[in-house]
Amino acid sequence: MRRLILAVLMSVAAIGATACGGGGPEQTRPMSRQPLTINGAGATFPYPIYSKWFDEYHKRHPDVQINYQSIGSGGGIRQLLAGTIDFGATDSPMTDEQLAKATSQVLHFPTVLGAIVPSYNLPDVTQPLNFTGAALAGVFLGTVKKWSDRTIATANPGVNLPSSDIVVVHRSDGSGTTFVWTDFLSKVSGEWKSRAGAGTAVSWPVGLGGKGNEGVAGLIKQTPNSVGYVELVYAVQNNLPYGLVQNPTGEFVKADANTVTAAAASVAASIPDDYRVSITNASGKGAYPVASFTWLLIPVKMGDRTKAETMRDFLSWMLTDGQKMAADLTYAPLPPDLVARERETIARIETGT
Amino acid sequence: MDAAVPILRRRRALQARVGDLLGHWVTAMCAAVVVAITVLIAYELWSSSAMARRLFGFAFLFEQHWDPVAGRFGAAPFVYGTLVTSALALLFAVPLGLGAAIFLAELAPPRLSRSLGLGVELLAGVPSVIYGLVGLAVLVPIMREWVEPGLQAIAGFLPLFSGPIYGVGYLTAGLVLAAMVLPFIVSVGREVLLAVPRDQREAALALGATRWETIAHVVVPYARVGLLGGIMLALGRALGETMAVTMVIGSRPEIALSLFAPGHSMAAVIANEFTEAADELYLQALVEIGLVLFGVTMAVNGLARLMIARIRRAGGGR
Repeated sequence: MRRLILAVLMSVAAIGATACGGGGPEQTRPMSRQPLTINGAGATFPYPIYSKWFDEYHKRHPDVQINYQSIGSGGGIRQLLAGTIDFGATDSPMTDEQLAKATSQVLHFPTVLGAIVPSYNLPDVTQPLNFTGAALAGVFLGTVKKWSDRTIATANPGVNLPSSDIVVVHRSDGSGTTFVWTDFLSKVSGEWKSRAGAGTAVSWPVGLGGKGNEGVAGLIKQTPNSVGYVELVYAVQNNLPYGLVQNPTGEFVKADANTVTAAAASVAASIPDDYRVSITNASGKGAYPVASFTWLLIPVKMGDRTKAETMRDFLSWMLTDGQKMAADLTYAPLPPDLVARERETIARIETGT
Repeated sequence: MDAAVPILRRRRALQARVGDLLGHWVTAMCAAVVVAITVLIAYELWSSSAMARRLFGFAFLFEQHWDPVAGRFGAAPFVYGTLVTSALALLFAVPLGLGAAIFLAELAPPRLSRSLGLGVELLAGVPSVIYGLVGLAVLVPIMREWVEPGLQAIAGFLPLFSGPIYGVGYLTAGLVLAAMVLPFIVSVGREVLLAVPRDQREAALALGATRWETIAHVVVPYARVGLLGGIMLALGRALGETMAVTMVIGSRPEIALSLFAPGHSMAAVIANEFTEAADELYLQALVEIGLVLFGVTMAVNGLARLMIARIRRAGGGR
């Protein structure tokens, strides 16, 4: 009996201890004279450019330290809604439902653009393949089973495609990359939309799962006759072969900084004021169709005047000098007219409290 | 002087009692913390999956679809994958591990035994992601090019060895897990066998048993509870292993009879999808998978304990 009471007492003490430890951000909030710390978390895809930006910004403003943890878009949104971080970051815009849960209105700021490319392992094919949207949807649905299928072959005249079975590789982890890819497939194929749909993780009709871009790339390299999708940055850095994708104007476009920015520019006029927009299957000339923004999520009320002012300053720096660093890290910069619009949006972050 | 002795004695007795009491309480607190952590984990898993549990009920365990977009969630493919890969791991690792342990403890010269034992312990210290990477880079191509086509050629009529061959899948995951849990079985087994009293062996030898008969009929039966303990430790690791399994299982939430087919596991799906699960129900379903994993681990451990208890009752051993 005594042992039981002891055990109960101990569990109560343990619960108390964890509850006391939950004060997170309050503890890191600076005293008046200490350097200002701003904490953010979220998407992994833009992590290289974000850490570069926060580092460069810190060099210019030694009194400001912006910390960013790349815990994934979902985690970023959750923590932002829970109020444990000052700002979030995501690869797929927040849903209306999620926005409704926020205590303060949340602004989306597109920061850079990324593209997703179909990569494959066909040892005997040397030139980049052309893919129509229908072909990609068919392959990922499992209805196009062989490389020599007409839906692939007609877009690649003169290429000797093997008659072997296609092995589909997709991400096994939830990912913004998957969201963009499946969003594109949903737009080009009604069957895909109804059978799988768009999401950070979907119920794949066929294929193998690899964890992360590196997992997918690893499986593709390992498996002859496979095809999967990876981020452009990843494909370029690792010299993976990747195909061209047809956009709605009928062009087959190779993904690079120009064609991705062109995709954003072609839909710029129709981008809503909250910037929550999908730019997949953009129909402009020379626009690469499997591209997306990645967003910073900033609450209108940051709860602290200096933080809000600093965030404003950082955002305008990011939209000017920061954009010039994008290309070096193989991200596509924002089109100029979007930058101009975002600069106006910055003023919506409230600095008066 | 005469009066001082009993007082001193009494003081010493009191000190001893205080020391005992202190020791008792400090260690009891340590034990309580262990229990409290387990209870807290269970409570947290239970409460954070409340909505999913209400919505899906017991059907969650048998539902075979996992479709985050449509909001349909079921644990069956993951439970199946975890159990199948763990069973395969034990199937390979137990005979190999026990054989190695017997050699190291009974037959190898002491010097060789010590250095090999060190090697085994090194193997236990290798991080699981390394096992996964090696599995993906080395084992998967071997499985795809040689082992699985070979098995299919010999026994392809069995559903277990049918279907397309990818290299990744249940069988490969089971093999990687076997390599990971092997050191547990070997090093625990070696220690347990070495702890068998000398007189047991000597008695058997004196009765005219050969060396092998001594091992098979005296030493191993004497140590069987300890050997089972090592196997249970191995099983525990196999059930919960995440990274290495994720990399070689193919991550396909589908129940397939073929061991060549890609599958999924409970630990792997949590690790894979937790970070990007922003939707509340999705998150809760993942936590519920965690709860199921917790339950399965408990059940397997409970079964193992029952088994050990029965063996003990059946006589012999420690």
